[in-house]
Amino acid sequence: MSTTAKTVEALVNREYEWGFVTDIEADVIPAGLNEDVVRLISSKKSEPAFMLEWRLRAFRHWLKMGTAAGEPKWANVTYPPIDYQSVVYYSAPKQKVTLGSLEEVDPKLLQTFAKLGIPLEEQKRLSGVAVDAVFDSVSVATTFKEKLAELGIIFCSFSEAVQNHPDLVEKYLGSVVPYTDNFFASLNSAVFSDGSFCYIPKGVRCPMELSTYFRINTAGSGQFERTLIVAEEGSYVSYLEGCTAPVRDENQLHAAVVELVALENAQIKYSTVQNWYAGDREGRGGIYNFVTKRGKCVGRNSKISWTQVETGSAITWKYPSVILQGDDSVGEFYSVALVNNYQQADTGTKMIHIGANTRSTIISKGISAGHGNNTYRGLVKVLPRAAHARNRTQCDSLLLGDRCGAHTTPYIEVANPTASVEHEASTAKISEDQLFYCKQRGISAENAVSMIVNGFCKEVFKNLPMEFAVEASKLLGVSLEGSVG
Amino acid sequence: MTPVAPPVSRYLAAFEALEGTGAAASPAWLHRIRHDAITRFAEQGFPTVRLEDWKYTNVAPIVATAFQLADTVPAGLPAQAIERFVVRDPVAHRLVFVNGHYSATLSSAAPLPGGVRVASLAEALSTDTALLDRHLGRHAASEGTGHGFTALSTAFVHDGAFVHVPAGVRVTTPIHLLFVATAPAGPVLAQPRNLLVADRGGEATVVESYVGLADDTYLTNAVTEVVLGEGAILQHYKIEDESERAFHVGTTAVVQGRDSTFTSGSIAVGGALARNNLGVLLAAPGASCALTGLYVLHGRQHVDNHTFIDHAAPRCTSRQLYKGVLDGRARAVFNGRVTVRRDAQHTDAHQTNKNLLLSEGAEVDTKPQLEILADDVKCTHGAAVGQLGEDAVFYLRSRGLGEEAARTLLTYGFMSEVINRITVEPIRAQLDSLLMARLREARAAKETR
Repeated sequence: MSTTAKTVEALVNREYEWGFVTDIEADVIPAGLNEDVVRLISSKKSEPAFMLEWRLRAFRHWLKMGTAAGEPKWANVTYPPIDYQSVVYYSAPKQKVTLGSLEEVDPKLLQTFAKLGIPLEEQKRLSGVAVDAVFDSVSVATTFKEKLAELGIIFCSFSEAVQNHPDLVEKYLGSVVPYTDNFFASLNSAVFSDGSFCYIPKGVRCPMELSTYFRINTAGSGQFERTLIVAEEGSYVSYLEGCTAPVRDENQLHAAVVELVALENAQIKYSTVQNWYAGDREGRGGIYNFVTKRGKCVGRNSKISWTQVETGSAITWKYPSVILQGDDSVGEFYSVALVNNYQQADTGTKMIHIGANTRSTIISKGISAGHGNNTYRGLVKVLPRAAHARNRTQCDSLLLGDRCGAHTTPYIEVANPTASVEHEASTAKISEDQLFYCKQRGISAENAVSMIVNGFCKEVFKNLPMEFAVEASKLLGVSLEGSVG
Repeated sequence: MTPVAPPVSRYLAAFEALEGTGAAASPAWLHRIRHDAITRFAEQGFPTVRLEDWKYTNVAPIVATAFQLADTVPAGLPAQAIERFVVRDPVAHRLVFVNGHYSATLSSAAPLPGGVRVASLAEALSTDTALLDRHLGRHAASEGTGHGFTALSTAFVHDGAFVHVPAGVRVTTPIHLLFVATAPAGPVLAQPRNLLVADRGGEATVVESYVGLADDTYLTNAVTEVVLGEGAILQHYKIEDESERAFHVGTTAVVQGRDSTFTSGSIAVGGALARNNLGVLLAAPGASCALTGLYVLHGRQHVDNHTFIDHAAPRCTSRQLYKGVLDGRARAVFNGRVTVRRDAQHTDAHQTNKNLLLSEGAEVDTKPQLEILADDVKCTHGAAVGQLGEDAVFYLRSRGLGEEAARTLLTYGFMSEVINRITVEPIRAQLDSLLMARLREARAAKETR
């Protein structure tokens, strides 16, 4: 075995650090899905009538899709059929009725988040990040709410938004990802339990990074959260999302929907570090991460930027997209996706150029190790009206080991003669020369591989907020441990 | 059994009729191949846009047209009719097919080295049975080439070209296969079927030209299978210049042996709707292929190029360069798939697709695909869609060229990268003047506007 091989092997094998289970009393409804479950979820959350109706429409549509074609089959992933009747669709930590402050949150819950490295109290004081933590299905606590409220920013759990701002929810819910969009989005629309809601009023620049942490705790439960971010004219927000789950043998389903709406001159920056449990070395267990994320640049000169670091999940199926509707609007997608052991990732983006002078940039870095399979799947579509639209796409793949796979499937559809679209992709491995160069300068093989991999991802990491960039870089090292081989 | 759609059943009935005459029953090996193929066709039917490989090309107009199977050569086609397609200087060994059937009177032989076989498939079916049994229908059946149209071709296989270059023989005279279509009396279906075999160290140049005599509606469903032995070298050109009311579905399946070299030049300028499938299986170490393509479209033409390169063995090389120029409301599709199988180490694969959009209403859909399962590889692909560089136009104008003249010259330059790679001089010259005429016509249209 070559040195490269050995080094990569040594790097890839470390255990999942976030695989603990929190023993906490949960309000769990029985597994299974039918109209009554949808009604039950809605009533547990005391939702207004329009929400229930929307959920039911989604559910009926989902049933239709199920009998017609079922789950999407075009992605380059394989998994045994999912029994949607064995999933628990609602699981909430049991707690006293309403929480006045953080102190009232179950201390066990707070400990969980402390283990995850997001001590809410600490962050409150030190980093100035406002956190909305979602535990299984229910949002636990939101920090910094008052401070944000002074600026007119609404940052709360989705359930609270439904109670307190039903008009906003009704106006924007499903406006970017309609409940008919795809199989998993329909399912989410019917049963989503909570998530985050964020509204930035006109002209306001959100003074801190907003953050949500998702965690799946209950066995056999699915997590179906929904995030909606609306940035009014001339506003700006940077939003962070992180995810973990306990180690379990069986697969758990995570089908989330994220909708972003950017009005004129508004900017939304959305960053994700996804580290759901990826399954063990033989590929047992792990999260199925089937997520629909889409932003709409509704207004002129608006901008939506997605940055994602995907190191977890047994299967990732996710295409954060931007609909560039307003003239001069900008869409960006920066992604690092890493697969190891038996992980599968089919991820990429869609940039739909509708308005004139719209621009988009796609930088995707895929790293495959072990028996992992990584697919970049992307669409760049330029409609006839999108004069002078521009896109640049760069997809690079790095292969560590000879049992993994890297795939690139870009779709490019151009119907305007003034548009300019460029796509480039490359695939390579870490060469012996690069390793040798580092080693002769006294850098160990492990460190060299880690350094080269980090260099490979640099273009993406530099778009992450500071704390996230450090975390992502560490995560990459951990996820790769023992894979070198 | 699922109910069969009428367009499919039309061909099933035609097959039954052929069976009834007893002509299809012999020889037995061929009958079996045909029979399997019609069963496959009944299952597959015509591809629909629901299939990933046909997402951008709707063959509904083909399905909707009631084509008559062209079963004989139309009588009395004079030699002058094909004069403008004939290749001279150097003279080529020419086989002419009218609506898929060999025409001895229009064909013309040139001296070939001993042992080289260039014949009609109809003849070879009785003289070269061992070779045909080994290869016919065996290669154009895999992923990328094994669609309903191929099954339809195999079911009715009867004529086409057969070329066999024995071991160590080098054929320097180009072999020109001219496929002429004529359908004055209503839509016909021509299904030429070709088999090109070069044994160990054999070398040849084969040009396939598909042309329409008049502005007729017809469908050419052509299938070519290419088998290259160890170290064999084949230069293969395909010129698609069908009538602009015609349909063309062309499938070329190549299997390459150790250290063999396959060079392909695929030019598409004709047809209302044309689809080219080119599948290359690099089956043994050290094989290499270089594919170039050019599509120059106007009006409402639709051309779809699908390439599929299967790196199944280590140390193989593939190069692809496809370029397109689209005017009017034309639409082009490029789908280039490169697969590197597990253990196909030291693969070197490179692919580029570039498109020039000249007018509003033109559309390009391109999808370069990489599927890589080995780690010690060098694979890249790139795709670009754009327009002529304004700086370049300005440069030429500053030197006294008019706006349209400058654009025409730059467009010509864009195309010549592919045209200049054609080594058969008369073919290159023919194409060159055809494309120049296209550009002049487009320029005249723009200047009078």
